[in-house]
Amino acid sequence: MAFLDIEHLEKSYGPTKVVKDFNLGVEKGEFVSFLGPSGCGKTTTLRMVAGFETPSQGTIRIDGRDMARLRPNHRNIGMVFQSYALFPNLTVAQNVAFGLKVAGEKREVIDERVAEMLDTIGLSDLGARYPFQLSGGQQQRVALARALAVRPQVLLLDEPLSALDAKIRVSLRGEIRAIQKKLGITTIYVTHDQEEALSMSDRIVVMHQGIADQVGTPFEIYNRPTTRFVANFVGTLTLLEAEVIDPALGKVRIGDTEAVLGRALPKGKITLAVRPEMISLGSVPGRETEVSGRIIDVDFLGSVIRLRAQIGDAVLVFDTFNSSRSVPPKVGATVTLSLAASDLLLIGE
Amino acid sequence: MKRYFSWAVLVAGMGYFILPLVGLTEFSLSMRRGEYSFDAYAAVLADPTFRQTFSYSVVMALLTIAFGVLLVVPTAYWVRLKLPRLRPYVEFVTLLPLVIPAIVIVFGYIRMFNTSSWLPLTGSTTGTNLLLMFGYSTLSLPYMYRAVDTGLRTIDVATLTEAAQILGAGWVTILARLILPNVLVAVLSGAFVTFAIVIGEFTLAALLNRPAFGPYLQLMGANRAYEPMALAVIAFGITWACMGLIQLVTRFSKHTKAAR
Ligand SMILES: Nc1ncnc2c1ncn2[C@@H]1O[C@H](COP(=O)(O)OP(=O)(O)O)[C@@H](O)[C@H]1O
Ligand SMILES: [Mg+2]
Repeated sequence: MAFLDIEHLEKSYGPTKVVKDFNLGVEKGEFVSFLGPSGCGKTTTLRMVAGFETPSQGTIRIDGRDMARLRPNHRNIGMVFQSYALFPNLTVAQNVAFGLKVAGEKREVIDERVAEMLDTIGLSDLGARYPFQLSGGQQQRVALARALAVRPQVLLLDEPLSALDAKIRVSLRGEIRAIQKKLGITTIYVTHDQEEALSMSDRIVVMHQGIADQVGTPFEIYNRPTTRFVANFVGTLTLLEAEVIDPALGKVRIGDTEAVLGRALPKGKITLAVRPEMISLGSVPGRETEVSGRIIDVDFLGSVIRLRAQIGDAVLVFDTFNSSRSVPPKVGATVTLSLAASDLLLIGE
Repeated sequence: MKRYFSWAVLVAGMGYFILPLVGLTEFSLSMRRGEYSFDAYAAVLADPTFRQTFSYSVVMALLTIAFGVLLVVPTAYWVRLKLPRLRPYVEFVTLLPLVIPAIVIVFGYIRMFNTSSWLPLTGSTTGTNLLLMFGYSTLSLPYMYRAVDTGLRTIDVATLTEAAQILGAGWVTILARLILPNVLVAVLSGAFVTFAIVIGEFTLAALLNRPAFGPYLQLMGANRAYEPMALAVIAFGITWACMGLIQLVTRFSKHTKAAR
C-alpha cells in the first residue's frame, strides 16, 4: 500500500458529483500534481485529504491509517493556500511558530525550529515583520515555512503560485521543489498551469470533470496522452483524422498522404495527434513522412517561432527555433514539412 | 452663495450642540456667588453616594463588556463561518433592542424571573445584579454585534480558520489566538460604547432597584441645583473620553493596516 492511499473517493454536492471514483497512491517523498481546468474538482479532492470536506464515499489512508474520523487538526498535514492565509496579527516568526505552539513545544525547541525554517526559505532577517510588510512571494514562502515547521506527514498546496507575477512564479516553483526534495516530504500540488505541473512533479494526475483521466510521469503525460482531453489540455496539439489501411503494419491515410506508424492499429477511422516540436521545416533525416503545405500564420515567440500551415483540410501547428541566420517563412509561402510517423500519437476517447 | 449657506448650517448645528454644553458648564461652575469655582464638583466628589454608585456602575460596565465579548465574538464568528445565510436574521435580532424600549425589557425580566418564577433571580442581590448585567448586555448588543461583525469582515475568516485548524488548533485556540486579536479594535470600540451606555443607564437600574449611577444622577437632579450640572459635565466627559479612546486604539493597532 502506498504512503498516501486514496481509494474510490467520491464527493457530491446535492445531486452533482464533483469527484468521481478517484484512486491514487502516493509514495513517501513523492511530488504529485493535480492538473486540470478550473472547476474539475482538484480543490475538493485536496480538501477531502485535509479533512475540510467529508467524502461521500471512499477511503483516504495515510501511512496505513484511515483518516475518515480524524478532524483536520489531528491529521498532521501541512497546507498552503492560494491566498497565503498568514495570520495578520502575528509576525513572520510567530506565524511559523503557530503550529509548534499549539502542539505545546518548549520555547527553545520552537525558537530553534523557527530559525531553521526561516533560514530554509531565505527570510531569516524578516522574522519580526508583519505579513502586510512582505511581498506576495515572501508571504507565500512564509506560509510554506509555517506548514512545514510542524513536520507534517503530507504537504498539500492549492494553487500556491496563482496570485503571483510570472517571474516570481517561476523562481518560487523551483524553490518549492528544492525544499520538497531536501525534506523528502510527500506532496500533493494542485495547479491549472501545465508548465508548473510538468516542471515540478514526479507524477501528474490530469483531472477532468471530477475524474482522474490519466496518472503518469510528466514524460508519459506529455508524450503518451491516453485520452483526447489530456492530449488537448497538456501542450499544443494538432489532431488529424486518419483512416487505417493496414492495421497490422500500422499504415494510415491522412488526407492524401500515407504514413506507416510501425505499430498495430485498430481498424477503421482513428484520430492521430502531433506535437508542434515533432514537425520539422524541410527534409530531415529520420523524419521520413513528408507533406507540403502553405504557411497561414507566423507567430514570433522569441526563442521559438510558432507556425501554422494548411495541409489539405487540416491545419498543422509546428515550431522552429529562432536563428539570426535564417529568416522564417512568410505567410503564403509553400513549404515541405517532415515528421517521423512513429511520433504520431493515437488518441482514444 | 451655496458656500455661505453650508457654513451657516454648520454654525447653527454647532451652536445647537455646543451652546447648551457651554451653559451647563458655566452653571456648574457658578455655585459660589459672583465668581467661578469648582465647588459643585468638590461637593459631588465628596459625596460617598457618588463614589458608591459610580464604582458600582463601572464594575457593572466591565462585567457587561466581558459578558458581551464572550457572547458576541463567538456568535458573530460562527455565523460568518458556518451560517452565512442566517446573517441577516441574526443581525435583525441584534437590532431589536433599539426598537424595544428598555422599560419593556425590564418588565419582561421581572415577570420572568420574579421570586415566584422557576428561576427567582430577583430574590437575591447577586441574582438581580446578574439580571441587570444581562439587561445591559441586551441594550449594548446592537453596537457590540455590529462592531465585531464589521471587524470580522476585514479578515478572511474561513481561510484563516482552516489555516489554523490544519496546524492543529482547536476552536478555543482559534478564537483566542486568531479571531479575538484580529477583531480587538472592533471589540474595544464596542466596549467603549457599552461603557458609555451602562454608566448613564437609568431605566433598568431604577426598576431593578440597584444603586447605579444613572438613578443617582436622577435623584440629584431632582433635589439640588448646581451638583447635577457638575455631574452631567462629568458624565459627558466620560462619554467623550470613551469616544476618544476608540479613536486612539484604532490608530495605535500595529497590524490592522494590513487588513484587506
Ligand atoms: N461547497 C460547495 N457546494 C457546491 N458545489 C461546490 C462546492 N465546492 C465546490 N463545488 C463545485 O465543485 C466543482 C469542483 O470545484 P473545485 O474542486 O473547487 O474545482 P477546482 O479546484 O478544480 O477548480 C465546481 O463545479 C464547484 O462549483
Ligand atoms: Mg481550486
